Amino acid sequence: MYLMWAFVLLPLLGALIAWLIPDNRRRSFVLPVAGLVHLALTLTLMIDTPPPSPGHWIYLDALGKLNLLSNSILFLVCASYAVGYLNYRRKRPNRVLCISLLVCLSAMTLVAISQHLGLLWIALEMTTITMAPLIYFNRNARSIEATWKYLLICSVGIAIALLGLFFLAYSTIVAKQEVSLLLGSLIADAAALHPGWRHTAFIFLLVGFGSKMGLAPLHTWKPDAYGEAPGLVGALLAGGLVNCALLALLRVYQIAVASSEGGLFQEVLLGLGLVSMAFAAVFMARQSDFKRMLAYSSVEHVGIIAVALGLGRAALFAALLHMINNALTKGVLFLSSGNIHRAYNSKSTQFVRGALRRTPWSGALFLAAFLAITGSPPFGPFVSEFLIVSSAFVQQSYWTGSLFLLFLAMIFIGMASTVIPVVLGKLPKDMEKTPYRDTIHTVLPPLFLMGLVLMLGLWIPAPLQDLLHEAAGLLGGDQ
Amino acid sequence: MNSLADQLLVLCLLLNFAVLGTSRLGFSVRAVALQGVALGVLPALVHPFSWHLVAIVAGIIVVKGAVIPVLIVRAIHKADIQREFEPFIGYIPSLVLGALFTSLAFIFAARLPLAPEHEGLLFVPASIATLMCGFLVLMGRRKAISQVIGYLLMENGIFIFGLLLTEAMPVMVEAGALLDLLVGVFVMGIVINHISREFSSLDTSRLSALRED
Repeated sequence: MYLMWAFVLLPLLGALIAWLIPDNRRRSFVLPVAGLVHLALTLTLMIDTPPPSPGHWIYLDALGKLNLLSNSILFLVCASYAVGYLNYRRKRPNRVLCISLLVCLSAMTLVAISQHLGLLWIALEMTTITMAPLIYFNRNARSIEATWKYLLICSVGIAIALLGLFFLAYSTIVAKQEVSLLLGSLIADAAALHPGWRHTAFIFLLVGFGSKMGLAPLHTWKPDAYGEAPGLVGALLAGGLVNCALLALLRVYQIAVASSEGGLFQEVLLGLGLVSMAFAAVFMARQSDFKRMLAYSSVEHVGIIAVALGLGRAALFAALLHMINNALTKGVLFLSSGNIHRAYNSKSTQFVRGALRRTPWSGALFLAAFLAITGSPPFGPFVSEFLIVSSAFVQQSYWTGSLFLLFLAMIFIGMASTVIPVVLGKLPKDMEKTPYRDTIHTVLPPLFLMGLVLMLGLWIPAPLQDLLHEAAGLLGGDQ
Repeated sequence: MNSLADQLLVLCLLLNFAVLGTSRLGFSVRAVALQGVALGVLPALVHPFSWHLVAIVAGIIVVKGAVIPVLIVRAIHKADIQREFEPFIGYIPSLVLGALFTSLAFIFAARLPLAPEHEGLLFVPASIATLMCGFLVLMGRRKAISQVIGYLLMENGIFIFGLLLTEAMPVMVEAGALLDLLVGVFVMGIVINHISREFSSLDTSRLSALRED
């Protein structure tokens, strides 16, 4: 049990140390150390899981484990990358960045291990707030605009989710049950809750967590925030925070499936998922800013996960696998695009061409990650997307399956028309001279992630497979 | 429950209109602060005495009545603006819409399937009305500070609903939510300072560089 608390408190301790260290260069080393300790603790706790805390507030179940594993790996990679990144911008103070990252890690951990929905909400709100200073790291007019939009839309969204939680708790009062926001007791009593209040609660929770996840049409903050944030912050937003909001949504899903309303909830998710994919397909085409393009790719992939959750049954395994695949691949995309951005000092496709020659490693990684995220074999997302499509056809949802494939094809073409010139085009003649060169610090972290993405495409380790099945079982899928 | 609680809720509803009808930002901040204090007192009236309760009441009054207003007032001084200009929804239309939302909230709340012990109380209609008024301020005003005020009104509305279920929200969760609100407003205050420095205005409709072409 103490390990669990240590788990949440250790990153905070790291934040305290980062605050105390006066030197910019040395401070950045706190990040990878904290990330390494966190990953070690994650693995320990996954193998030897402590029993639930006395009040059942804290417990690491299979869903939490998956979330924690992908977040912990992603954080370690981003933290190692941060050392090289911050070295490149040595003059800029990074105290706020380091502290915010570590507090965010602590809050992400709390999201994964909490079984009390109120506590989960607090942690999720904390992740939202701590990311705001990170989006504003570049301190210019565009990034302040992105930060303000992000802060306002996500704060309002998450406030709506709180109201949804209150409605859920109130449905227990009206149904004369003991009032509680503990996940276990809500699942056990789900069918007995007052239907009207429960129904309203689900809608509010879906809107609230959906806006934080970036499901269309609640995604409007995403292109701005992802476009203006530094690469490593974008990676954490698209891989870490999206997964945290998704975990909150999965908790609601667990309650919905246990009540009689699972079917309706799934249909709404399916609809929102397809709408998200459609939005992404339309806006991805002719996108002249390659970092904004990645934001639409993120909208697409939360859409894919929502579709899979909407299909249910065998697709649940695929949804959870895709959650991990997406987080890791987004990490590669954002980190390598950050490198390319720095090499050209621009993120417009007008000026950025021929990245393969200017920055061979980052260019190649960006290209490989583009192939992976659009579902090309032999990478991880291919496996999960294939499983989703096949389970759609097995369930005889022909329309869903066909639309899904159509949107994937449109997105592939749209994304390729931006990525191919950026990576393979001719170097522009009047290129701005920048000191950036690919170094081991900025290439190795995304390369490592790319290796994991490739591995998940070829072979899923047996323990991970068991964990995915167990987690899918918690969502009401086939064990 | 008692009549004092109802009177405090009526005060909250009136303060919504005070915010809706004014262009002076300092006045709005004070109105929201007063509303926060009134709401902070409410748990003490509706729940039996305990030290936890004392702590949470004191916490709410300090944070919503003093710390948050000070943070926003400081942002107002730094940005050197006193008034909201040319809101998207004018003051008179705002008041009319606010009145409409408030009466709809009462009609709606009367039809809701409430628990028997909550029927006929002002909590649910006051909560919905405050939430809607907050949303109106958030959507209808241009200045970043007004939008923060709208957000705070929304939070207050949600808080009123939360008073019906304190058993489900233990003290630790209440305290955590309050901390989140505080940190959130703190960060918003900092962002506002940077907006005014960068754009030499707090007009959020100028934040339009990031549009899809």
